Amino acid sequence: MSFEVTESTVVLAIETSCDETAASIVMGGNDVLSSIVSSQIDIHARFGGVVPEVASRAHLESIVPVIDAAIAEAGILPSRIDAVAATAGPGLIGALLVGVSAAKSLALVWDKPFIGVNHLEAHLYAGLLDDPTLEFPLVVLLVSGGHTMIIHMKGHGDYTVLGRTIDDAAGEAYDKVARYLDLGYPGGPVIDRIASEGNPHAVEFPRAMMHDGLDVSFSGLKTSVINHVRKNPEMSNVDIAASFQAAVVDVLCAKTIKAAQQVGAQGIVLGGGVSANSFLRSEMSRRGGEAGFKVALPSRAMCTDNAAMIAAAAWHRLKSDGPRELDCGAYPNLKLAEVPR
Amino acid sequence: MILGIETAVEHVGVALGDHRGIRAHTMVASDRRHAESLTPMIRFAMQQAGIEMTDLSAIAVDVGPGLFTGMRVGMATAQSMAWALEIPLVPVCSLDALAMNAEMSELTVAAALDARRGEVYWSLYRMRGVGMEPQRLTEPVVSSPEDLAVHLADRAEDTICVGSGFDRHAELFEASPWTQLVGRDALFPSAASVVTLGGHRVMADETVTAMQLQPMYLRAPDAEINWKTREGSR
Ligand SMILES: [Zn+2]
Repeated sequence: MSFEVTESTVVLAIETSCDETAASIVMGGNDVLSSIVSSQIDIHARFGGVVPEVASRAHLESIVPVIDAAIAEAGILPSRIDAVAATAGPGLIGALLVGVSAAKSLALVWDKPFIGVNHLEAHLYAGLLDDPTLEFPLVVLLVSGGHTMIIHMKGHGDYTVLGRTIDDAAGEAYDKVARYLDLGYPGGPVIDRIASEGNPHAVEFPRAMMHDGLDVSFSGLKTSVINHVRKNPEMSNVDIAASFQAAVVDVLCAKTIKAAQQVGAQGIVLGGGVSANSFLRSEMSRRGGEAGFKVALPSRAMCTDNAAMIAAAAWHRLKSDGPRELDCGAYPNLKLAEVPR
Repeated sequence: MILGIETAVEHVGVALGDHRGIRAHTMVASDRRHAESLTPMIRFAMQQAGIEMTDLSAIAVDVGPGLFTGMRVGMATAQSMAWALEIPLVPVCSLDALAMNAEMSELTVAAALDARRGEVYWSLYRMRGVGMEPQRLTEPVVSSPEDLAVHLADRAEDTICVGSGFDRHAELFEASPWTQLVGRDALFPSAASVVTLGGHRVMADETVTAMQLQPMYLRAPDAEINWKTREGSR
């Protein structure tokens, strides 16, 4: 199918890879006309984590209302939509399939191209959506509950993973520490909040692998937090949280800046749910700025999962590769450089 | 023209038709590839039958009980299409459609689908003739096949048994004087039956909107069961 992609091409995108049901209308790859996100955080809170079957059920309940709301808020008629996209991976397979099925059905009914989007690639586009002045090459720190990656973005669709976690994702470490301290779920926002009242130097937790390469590790840090609390039960949670967070952020900033120096990046961009963390944002801005880099901090809504970033990535993929066939499925373990067929 | 979608079992089926009969029916044994197959199959069936999107007046879809992921693929598809086309939906119970595999039976029909984990989804029916909507004698439930066998033995009446639930646990039923297992070539509900049942419900004005469609899971997610057990034992 030949298809001309222009600044007025309107993409409807759907995101259901984890615990947010989202739909968005974006024109020309960067003009966000609407972005609706229905979060399931409350549904999963009592389980202390995302339960795949519970997530899939909630996606099915929300999918049509969320799409309907995205079109209504954009103030367009469905006939104005030129292409339909959905996250095809990575993520929870049952959850992904709800969004992929809905998007393919709409593409079929409207006789429009369909694009299956790589969720990780979309996170890279979230930064560009918020700041169109960014120039390649960029280094993107992608940090979420499922991922911790330092990525060299050389151009559209051209990435190299420079470093990644060898064990827990940063968000996972936050959740585990929060659970151990009995602070609730999700761990990121609550630790971020109480850490602002604590002393980040109360405990000098280890910064693992600080001087070897660009990979990171958080499993040892989590263990030393637990051991420290066991040995010092009288110590306040706010100081523990602040010291834990200081260690995580120190490692993430140091490695990202080192990566940016190595590849001669024009700027540093944050992405993923953990990049909504206020201490990470302020430290990366300060330290990245001191090292001479432009640091782009996407809005919190663009850091966490949303469908606007899916639409942006879809627009670029449609332009470079054309549409996908309707036999696209879900690819739960998709890697960054892989394109859903 | 009604589009019927069947993805709540191990196969994927698409049919088109109305109360006058079936115009197209495609089926693929597509274990765990429901999402890949469904949309292309709908497009193929419509093209081959010469049916346009604007010809569709309703979409009937199997809403379970069945394979959770499969039924959600069918429901998300049916809902999105119905929403975009602004046409009504008909939720069809998998067991009602399965019972249609024995539509000529004058005896009681038991329809059972393998629910995995050693359980079956089942319901009993009285048939009303070819192409007619079966009458439910019991509401759909999930239970062990042993419980179903005891239930059928207690009823002590000749019963025609259809579906993968009986096939999977044949040894429990073959010995009983009351049960007769049939239709090993038709272990699952067909999309054609979904269309037929959909047609009756459309005529009876028993449709829902895209936002109203509800799945019939009959089983809570494991995490919820574990959580309730834990809360209950506190
Ligand atoms: Zn994400």
